[in-house]
Amino acid sequence: MKFEEGLKRLEELVRKLESGELDLEESMDAYREGRELLQRLGAMLEGAERQVWQVDEEGMRHLEVFGELTEEAG
Amino acid sequence: MQTLFELALSVREITNLLRQRIEGHPPFQDVLVRGEVSGVKDHHPTGHLYFSLREEGAVLRCVMFQSWRRSNGVFDPPAEGEEVVAQGYIGVYEREGRYQLYVQKLWRSQELRLGEYYLELERVKARLAAEGLFDSSRKRPLPFLPRRIGIVTSPSGAALRDMVRIIWRRFPPAQIYLFPALVQGDRAVEDIVRAIGRAGRWGVEVLIVGRGGGAAEELWAFNSEEVARAIASCPVPVISAVGHETDFTIADFVADVRAPTPSAAAETVVPEREELLARLADLRGRLGRGVARSLDLRRERLRLLQERLALRHPRFLLASRQQALDELGERLGSAVTRLLKLWRQGVEALGLRLEALNPVSILSRGYSICLGPGDRPLRRAEEAERGDRVKVILWEGFLGCRVEEKGEGRWK
Repeated sequence: MKFEEGLKRLEELVRKLESGELDLEESMDAYREGRELLQRLGAMLEGAERQVWQVDEEGMRHLEVFGELTEEAG
Repeated sequence: MQTLFELALSVREITNLLRQRIEGHPPFQDVLVRGEVSGVKDHHPTGHLYFSLREEGAVLRCVMFQSWRRSNGVFDPPAEGEEVVAQGYIGVYEREGRYQLYVQKLWRSQELRLGEYYLELERVKARLAAEGLFDSSRKRPLPFLPRRIGIVTSPSGAALRDMVRIIWRRFPPAQIYLFPALVQGDRAVEDIVRAIGRAGRWGVEVLIVGRGGGAAEELWAFNSEEVARAIASCPVPVISAVGHETDFTIADFVADVRAPTPSAAAETVVPEREELLARLADLRGRLGRGVARSLDLRRERLRLLQERLALRHPRFLLASRQQALDELGERLGSAVTRLLKLWRQGVEALGLRLEALNPVSILSRGYSICLGPGDRPLRRAEEAERGDRVKVILWEGFLGCRVEEKGEGRWK
């Protein structure tokens, strides 16, 4: 799933729930799906430790020089 | 008769004729001449510049007066052997007895290269435009949340540091892949093209191609046809980020998105994580409230339904039956009463009739009952034999009798 697609779907679910157009079972389904989406979308905003990799003819290697930027960025 | 001497033109006269001939000839009044500079004399007291334009086997003397020089910004004299283009008019310098170019404008070699370059730029631009490489329909949307961001730029430039800092500030988990390339100089085009190709194969989700600001010629590589085509054929969306806001390159036209600066590209390439988290938090709240509200609505409707349903509950049904029964009972009661009344009335009437039928009352009118054997009332003579004892009941008292005679037939 792409983040923006998930986000769009979640917004749609919330809108439907808020509009009251869903019946009880649909409401519960929407809620369950929404919770699941929230979890997945939230996870997509977390991630591995940020890094800069240099990719050239010698392959890929971690660029240490940007380590200091982490603190600035944080 | 004129002497030969008198017939001859004076030097001034012939020079004037030549001057009139040359200076009165319009094509000489505005000429563009190219050539190699030689014999430069920067005349200090006056500020005039003297030099020659050479070509193999020909030479043209030139002078550029101080006023023209200043308005043209030609402060440094051209170098020996420099290729230049001079614009001006041809005039005759009587005192030296020669024609020369009075230079009003001078294009130095650097400017000429730039000029050539701009012409070439326009040609490339026209060609790529004709191929549809600048069409807005070709522009691909940028991924909303790229995890792997590629950057083609100089590994030593400030632009890279700026971009990394901004990307991480906005979206800390972003992974950045640098595809290093020389961004200026003779090898720049080749390097950039190779780096773009590598980035495309590497599987980044979006690619920033650019460099920080610099002089126009330092951005040249980003105007090359090769770089333009590499960007166009890159399998992932490309953001161009070359120089300053005012710098436009062909890379900008062909890229999916043009960022005015590398920093702006970094702002464009990732969303702000905090903002997304805030949006998710908002949606989480609304989702919860939404379903709660939905449940409340249902509960309320259920309550209403229950109320309506309760009216149909067996208990209530029974009550209503009871009521009906009560009603029926009442009706029955009254009916019974009425019946009883009727009955009583009937009984009275019957009583009267019975009274009328009561043999006793007949007896009172003179009739009597004859009881045969077993005290059975006798209705026919044959029911008794001669000699039988019979009992005759009278209205008052009875008579014990013996049958002495029998007669047939009904009494008339």
